Amino acid sequence: MTALDRIRNFSIVAHIDHGKSTLADRLIQVTGGLTNREMKEQVLDAMELERERGITIKANTVRLNYAAQDGETYVLNLIDTPGHVDFSYEVSRSLSACEGALLVVDASQGVEAQTLANVYQAIDVNLELVPVLNKVDLPAAEPDRVRAQIEDVIGIDASEAIEISAKTGLGVPDVLEAIVKRLPAPRGDASAPLKALLVDSWYDSYLGVVVLVRIVDGVMKKGMKIRMMRTGAAYTVDQVGVSTPKKTPVAELGPGEIGYMTASIKEVADTAVGDTITEERRPAAQPLPGFKPSVPVVFCGIFPVDANEFDDLREAMSRLRLNDASFEFEMETSAALGFGFRCGFLGLLHLEIIRERLEREFNIDLITTAPSVVYRIFLTDGSMIELHNPADMPDPVKIDHIEEPWIKATIMTPDDYLGGILKLCEERRGVQKELTYAGARAMLLYELPLNEVVFDFYDRLKSISKGYASFDYQLLDHRTENLVKMQVLVNEEPVDALSMIVHRDRAELRGRAMCEKLKDLIPRHLFKIPIQAAIGGRVIARETIAALRKDVTAKCYGGDATRKRKLLDKQKEGKKKMRQFGRVEIPQEAFIKALKMDS
Amino acid sequence: MTGGCVTDDGTPGFAVYLHWPYCEQICPYCDFNVRLNRAVDDRAWQDALQTSLRQFGARSGQRTLTSLYFGGGTPSLMPPALVASVIDQCRRIWRVDGPIEITLEANPTDAERSRFEDFRAAGVNRLSLGVQSFDDEALRFLGRNHGAAEARDALDAALSVFGNVSFDMIYALPDETPAAWRRALRAGVSHGAPHLSLYQLTIEAGTAFARAVERAAWSPPDNDAAAELYDVTQEETARAGLPAYEVSNHARAGARSRHNLTYWRGGDYVGVGPGAHGRLTIDGRRYAIETIRSPKDWLSAATSDADRATTFTPLSDDDAFTEKVAMGLRSVEGVRPTPSEWSWIEPRARMLEGDGLLMIEPERIVATAHGRRVLNAVTAALLV
Repeated sequence: MTALDRIRNFSIVAHIDHGKSTLADRLIQVTGGLTNREMKEQVLDAMELERERGITIKANTVRLNYAAQDGETYVLNLIDTPGHVDFSYEVSRSLSACEGALLVVDASQGVEAQTLANVYQAIDVNLELVPVLNKVDLPAAEPDRVRAQIEDVIGIDASEAIEISAKTGLGVPDVLEAIVKRLPAPRGDASAPLKALLVDSWYDSYLGVVVLVRIVDGVMKKGMKIRMMRTGAAYTVDQVGVSTPKKTPVAELGPGEIGYMTASIKEVADTAVGDTITEERRPAAQPLPGFKPSVPVVFCGIFPVDANEFDDLREAMSRLRLNDASFEFEMETSAALGFGFRCGFLGLLHLEIIRERLEREFNIDLITTAPSVVYRIFLTDGSMIELHNPADMPDPVKIDHIEEPWIKATIMTPDDYLGGILKLCEERRGVQKELTYAGARAMLLYELPLNEVVFDFYDRLKSISKGYASFDYQLLDHRTENLVKMQVLVNEEPVDALSMIVHRDRAELRGRAMCEKLKDLIPRHLFKIPIQAAIGGRVIARETIAALRKDVTAKCYGGDATRKRKLLDKQKEGKKKMRQFGRVEIPQEAFIKALKMDS
Repeated sequence: MTGGCVTDDGTPGFAVYLHWPYCEQICPYCDFNVRLNRAVDDRAWQDALQTSLRQFGARSGQRTLTSLYFGGGTPSLMPPALVASVIDQCRRIWRVDGPIEITLEANPTDAERSRFEDFRAAGVNRLSLGVQSFDDEALRFLGRNHGAAEARDALDAALSVFGNVSFDMIYALPDETPAAWRRALRAGVSHGAPHLSLYQLTIEAGTAFARAVERAAWSPPDNDAAAELYDVTQEETARAGLPAYEVSNHARAGARSRHNLTYWRGGDYVGVGPGAHGRLTIDGRRYAIETIRSPKDWLSAATSDADRATTFTPLSDDDAFTEKVAMGLRSVEGVRPTPSEWSWIEPRARMLEGDGLLMIEPERIVATAHGRRVLNAVTAALLV
């Protein structure tokens, strides 16, 4: 157990690529947590995909033993947090386990949308912030301008911001000193009944379910009988330890400490993040406030390209869910795509990561349908249903009104691109709330329907701003809108996988875009094929695929019979990759392309 | 002008195809099994062909031969004596009732024209001239080793020597307009040949043209433009009394190629020479027959290792039916399914009839004029 005044618990908040992970590596290295040989680049981002994308998905923690200039040795607990909007929920719970945070800003890029979103969360939980200007060694660095920007945009004192280069190690000792001197020590009572925050949990193939805890009061040790205050489940502690970042067992964890605990817990799903762990024999009177559970906000269908891989896909999804309770899935059947799953995600990046992991780690080719949000359908009988799949839309006559989720979006951009971005937001039914400038950068606050954002908004924003604009959002509320289900009919047959819910005012545009896309993707047939987008019985967009005019092979004599037969055999094989709609064969490839988010 | 044509009794017949793989130069659009004409050992060829024909005769059993076809390559580079010996040997191996069609493919060059009489004397009674175009610029584009004037002279000479003459033209060259093709076709027809093969330029994989198109040096007309040219072809030939009797083949009445009709009617044929294909029905089972493609390897294997030179692969009933339909629908004669075959394809055939792509007659289905134009898709719709 460590004395409270020798402990500092902190996070690092930063925009993606501003050097959070590099700084974490450097802190570990300088304090000797790992030998150089053990030091991998960005040790905290262990997952392959996280390392590749430079993002952190799961919270990670590391204990650093730091011999400070005052002659004392401190225990510094770093909780690494995900940098992306989709995981803001996980950011907030990581921040809840700390007393302070390093605010890392790239000295050449300045404050970005994600910096802001995370800083506000840190301020919300009363964290002490230490501004750090990273990459000051780059020629393009402008520490003075960025210091001013931090004060302007975020409104905190940046006069004592530390200038560092996480890459070269410059200024890193100053950061360690600042953590000790400027961040508050945790408070707590070792003699009080145990009260520990369940920060996160994951499955480890050697240890089983591992729980990350922050001790608030009391002491947790091996052999202790504990109880989860929310779920009510009781366990016996098998092991307590700290991550250096190697898992190192310790005798006990006291107030203010962050560590891990194992207790023969079967599944990650048995642990509720935000729950309070107490001692069975001497329970705490009140649980900690905890967090709201994270709820999926973006849904899409995921189908195996090869129908034989359905069981493999189910297995793979179950495996991923073991460590990611916010990922949901249930079986879905589509006339177009066969058997698959309707899946729920925290956001588009979450969707993207899960999809990529399924394809990469489990080697399954997938078709992903257009992402959709959760609509609240209020029926005329007074009941409300949450709609995750446009195909399940009730009969319009039974619908009283529909609500859709709205978000508050923060966009930061060099002002050169402001015009294009404003236009994009207006096109997407956005409501401007604020437009402010900090130097040559503009900060925009918009309220937008989430539905308009899940459909290629981020890609468009990036392309309009040549990659310079940054974007973050949080869910705001639900609003009643004029929403309709748009169906796509190919040769008069509705194609379920292509139906979507759209705002009435945007239906023509989306319908036309979909029809044009399909016109290019569906090969010509022997007859002409109308492609229609329709709302109810009313056609709002139409294209026609002309009938094939000529395809006959010029020469076919005795020597060509074998070739011709083999070609027909190959077509028989190819037909398996076609989906039949009435007389029209649509290549599976066409669905993949038509449903691709970037239009 | 249809003099020399043999009578067609309407049966599938029994044909022999001989492949002579050598050419003076390789045309940039050609993906046939061809080699440059260098140091060809006539003696070795004579032996290999004789051995091969004898073996096919043993496998086929006694048949009545209805046609013989020298294709290639450029079989007009063959020594006429070798042509004569092959004809004689075929007549000895198989039964021959009256005159049979004996075709030789030739290039319309001055050199080859000088040997027309010799081929006539060897027994050839039908000449198929690879004219391709009557325009110098187009001939250069097609990489031909003859000019337009030379081709016209050769065609006229062939007509006077053989009477029964066919010639090939290629259309749908890059940027070819319907009007230009119409003019070219009229000029060709005016020579008075009783038979024409008119081919849309096809970019075959592995050819010089495929590489040119790949690097975007030029591109052939798309299928819509090709459809227009095809329609011009049908119009002009019908007007000239040479209507289509197959996708790319046109003839005066009585001048259809007896040999090629065997293919489209699903008849048996022997293919001799490197890379030649054959079909033989033996004891009720149809076999696909293939020979080694490499001329060098075929020449040595033909006399030493017959099983290596020629492979017989039995076709399943399904495979045989697929070929019968795919080949048969190309011709205006259509295909005659057996009752069990008919019951299998009837629903699909009826649908295609409804689309105006097939005509269903008692015991016979025929592609309509439009159906023939999109026959690959029609065949697939019927069989796949």
